[in-house]
Amino acid sequence: MPKVSEVCRHVRSKNAGPFWITLDLWFPDRAAFDRYSSSQAFQPAAIGALYGIDPTQIKCFPVPDLCVLKISYPRVRAQGGVMERDMHGGQQYVRLLDVML
Amino acid sequence: MSPSSSINILVPVGALGLGVKESDVFARVSDADAIACDAGSTDSGPAYLATGKAKYSRDSIKHDLSILMRAQAKAGIPLLIGSCGTSGGDQALEWTRDIALEIAREHGLHPRIALLYSEQPPELMAKKAEAGRVTPLAPMTDSDPALFRACDHIVALMGPEPYIAALEAGADIVLGGRSTDSAVLAAVPLMRGAGLGVAWHAGKIAECGSLCTTHPREGGVMIHVGRDDFTVEPLGPDNQCTVETIAAHMLYENSDPFLLQEPGCTLDVTQAIYEAVDQRTVRVTGSKLVAQPYTMKLEGASGCGYQTIMLVGIQDREVLANLDRFMAQMHDVLVTRVHANMGERAGEFDISLRAYGWNAVCGEKLDAPTAAPREVGLLLVVTAATQEVATQIAKTCNPWFFHLPLNPCQELPSYAFPFSPAEVERGQVYEFKLNHVVHVDDPMELVRTVYINAKEKADA
Repeated sequence: MPKVSEVCRHVRSKNAGPFWITLDLWFPDRAAFDRYSSSQAFQPAAIGALYGIDPTQIKCFPVPDLCVLKISYPRVRAQGGVMERDMHGGQQYVRLLDVML
Repeated sequence: MSPSSSINILVPVGALGLGVKESDVFARVSDADAIACDAGSTDSGPAYLATGKAKYSRDSIKHDLSILMRAQAKAGIPLLIGSCGTSGGDQALEWTRDIALEIAREHGLHPRIALLYSEQPPELMAKKAEAGRVTPLAPMTDSDPALFRACDHIVALMGPEPYIAALEAGADIVLGGRSTDSAVLAAVPLMRGAGLGVAWHAGKIAECGSLCTTHPREGGVMIHVGRDDFTVEPLGPDNQCTVETIAAHMLYENSDPFLLQEPGCTLDVTQAIYEAVDQRTVRVTGSKLVAQPYTMKLEGASGCGYQTIMLVGIQDREVLANLDRFMAQMHDVLVTRVHANMGERAGEFDISLRAYGWNAVCGEKLDAPTAAPREVGLLLVVTAATQEVATQIAKTCNPWFFHLPLNPCQELPSYAFPFSPAEVERGQVYEFKLNHVVHVDDPMELVRTVYINAKEKADA
């Protein structure tokens, strides 16, 4: 089983407004996108467990034209409060990299 | 407009203050029908809205605005700036206005300037909530009026209508309070009869300037908006827009890549087609607009306590090999000491230890076994009701933050403080409180427009 970092050519995360984080996973080609983008590891249950989020709030958008899978989830706390550790959410993708597909 | 003509918007930069390239702007301004960009966002957190202060320096804003105002005067075309001063609140808008008037004086420019105010009194928004005119957006589910009254500042995001009204009233330059990025760029194409879907889609694609190009740090782009299509090209002669860079911009900072909610409409790009025109230009068709009841998104922020921080560097190998245990022990020791020394005077407080080089960013226990780092920066963040109490708590923590040994019978270590005094007062902490839309009967209902004649100001 390969890791996300071995399959995807690029993975990133970013805030989408103060209340959401969005993850973009670029697959190298359509074959890889078709094979892996609907993996269990990308389903709301698995993403919810990884990020500590209610799975019913997680949104997944396959974008086949770009060979991209987009996953958006609400922040546990709004951006920038007392407990903020990643203001722009730009490092949140890293915990996905070692997930097995 | 005729089927073959287009409205051309020069988007000089992704955000005013990031760095407008004068040569690019002056090389292309004669082809443009308007210059438009935004100057704000919630991207960098709640402090800018809560304080009304801008993220970028005054000099950076003045540098960029000066180029754009001189280009505006030379070409005689409108200049539109949205979300002035980062938050787009009233204070931030007037800060930008004063910079614009200073530039006008220094360069002998006499534009008619419109100011669009969209800050909202918290009490008015609480009343709207009580009247059922406010809807929460996911993940929020509550529109409790108390939430609105607890905000220090609230802004409502404007659509294109106030910009169009100001231009129709004769403004040369429109400085807007908080607005959606796409609206500022779409305003002139919409005013001059471009297709609705393509105008909004072009606005969205170009809102971060050259972020939709192969060289995202290279200045701006030009959008050519027609009735049924739009094209995007970079301003810089060596830069390129490709089908992928343009299409992928719908992913950026959007939670949904296909549907974009805007004031009074939803942009639907599900059926959009992206095609290369040449090596550097992309054409887009198939963008659709669905009319919706008119709403304006609300952003609100307020202060919530004060923080004082301290940092030590640790290279002690035994500590680093047992870092989780060490940090748990330290947290216990510090909290106990604050309670013992300060008692009720400490009030409700929080002590957070964050080991940079270990798990400070994720804040969670790492999977065992993880190799010990070579060194860590251990940040102590104290949050309390006032700055004075936060600092007193930090000072109370100081001896053990500096000297706590891993095991009780060890000689006292001294970790590496980089500063004297050790504690740094970080000021107030702020938080975003609103994720709502307010329903309005008219796009202008919550907007106030003020016109200034820069010549009269200069003569006064």
